[in-house]
Amino acid sequence: MNNSTGSTATVRAAGVNIKDLRKSYGSNEVLKGISLTVEPGQVVCLIGPSGSGKSTLLRCVNLLEQPNAGTINVGSFEATDPDVDLNKMRQSVGMVFQHFNLFPHLSVLDNCTISQTKVLKRSKSEASEVARHNLERVGLGHLADRFPDQLSGGQQQRVAIARALSMDPQLMLFDEPTSALDPETVGDVLAVMRKLAQEGMTMLVVTHEMGFAREVADRVVFMDAGVVVEEGPAENVISAPTQPRTKEFLRRVLDPTHIGVEEA
Amino acid sequence: MAMTARQRAKVSLYVQAGIFVVAVAAVIIAVDWKTIGTSVFNFAKIGPMFPDIFLVGLKNTLIYTALGFIVGLSGGLLLALMKLSSFPLYRWLATGYIEFFRGVPALLVFIAFGYGVPLAFGIQWDVNIIVMVSLGMVAAAYIAETLRAGLQAVPKGQMEAARSLGMPHWRAMVSIVIPQAFKIVLPPLTNEIILLTKDSSLIYVLGLTASQYELTKFGRDGISSLGAGLTPLLVAGAFYLVITIPLSLLARKFESRSARTKR
Repeated sequence: MNNSTGSTATVRAAGVNIKDLRKSYGSNEVLKGISLTVEPGQVVCLIGPSGSGKSTLLRCVNLLEQPNAGTINVGSFEATDPDVDLNKMRQSVGMVFQHFNLFPHLSVLDNCTISQTKVLKRSKSEASEVARHNLERVGLGHLADRFPDQLSGGQQQRVAIARALSMDPQLMLFDEPTSALDPETVGDVLAVMRKLAQEGMTMLVVTHEMGFAREVADRVVFMDAGVVVEEGPAENVISAPTQPRTKEFLRRVLDPTHIGVEEA
Repeated sequence: MAMTARQRAKVSLYVQAGIFVVAVAAVIIAVDWKTIGTSVFNFAKIGPMFPDIFLVGLKNTLIYTALGFIVGLSGGLLLALMKLSSFPLYRWLATGYIEFFRGVPALLVFIAFGYGVPLAFGIQWDVNIIVMVSLGMVAAAYIAETLRAGLQAVPKGQMEAARSLGMPHWRAMVSIVIPQAFKIVLPPLTNEIILLTKDSSLIYVLGLTASQYELTKFGRDGISSLGAGLTPLLVAGAFYLVITIPLSLLARKFESRSARTKR
């Protein structure tokens, strides 16, 4: 478990601090005062039923959604400060989407270099080098010249991770990264994420993969109806939840057929 | 007695084909071939049209179309971006422009810039500039709507992914959204060029010197000088097809290619 690759430099990790975050769409309040702290290098998994607001919370962290109230601090940036340099902040926050969102008109390599050259102003050769290194990290160095539509879903998602890593982020946000994948490719993506966690990356992960959460997450946060219902070490929240809503949710997720199995 | 659905469909097809054949035959019989032969298909007398129909007519049609397209494409892109802007004034300006220039005949725009501008400002523009402005401004209105649809057809996640990588909005537009939008609108954009090619003929309302004639004006000139009736116009028409049919084929090729990559 601990023999993480020696080739990769240790990550400069940033923490996240969210206070009393509120977000509404019209009269529908989806986040009702969320507070959450992620220490640098920690992995926090957000779980909960769909519509609980976990994806919205994640998207608020890099301001893809504009919160209505509350504060978010990411590393040295105060994301909710109206004067914050959002572009600068987002350079240090990697985001991985449920549907990958690779750029279909660019090759795999160019997907990973475009923001380096256009935003970080790296030279073409330096950007390629960084991109190839990160493609190796996700096990896809040999596909650099392909186009996204020539890859499987799992491969596309791993390219998306490499693309985000190529900006040298200090925090990675994952929005249900395996929900749109064929079951047999889920494992490859989770393996990459596990490795990233071992290398000390700060990660905030919205997921339905309870096995991954239990194994990799330092903390698990259970959300329902826009509030944090229960949070704590993964062991506690997933294996021994205290709140009835958490128990109910986990019972359904872990035993979807409702036949009923012995508590693991 | 009763026919099956398939038999009925077959009979219906035969009837349709029969009506078509009868209609064509009726036209052929009704036409006065003798007169047509001397005044429309009188190819014996059109020798003097060559080679200038290539060197002047075709060349100028292509130049006028290209000038109009360059202005139309850049203006159309600007208008499309204005129309999608979050700033209401830009949206209103773009909407007003598009509605106006799509709503008035292109001929009036040519007259306005050909005769109105000299009267209003006391300056006489070169023909190339008049064509560029008139054709370009009309084209911009049509192209703007095409491009707007293309920009909106690019999935929202593309902009989100680009912004998440730290790109400013304009950079995400230039490097990520606009290239994909262009790929989407390539077929309709090719059709816009076909329309422009034909609209370039409207320049005939201006006084042109012989070296400025494009295909239609060249053909009209032939009517009065060659004594072959309308034949020169028929020849000019054929030259339009030489331009537009390959463009049509190109558009179809783009269409099938994008259909394939969509999967």
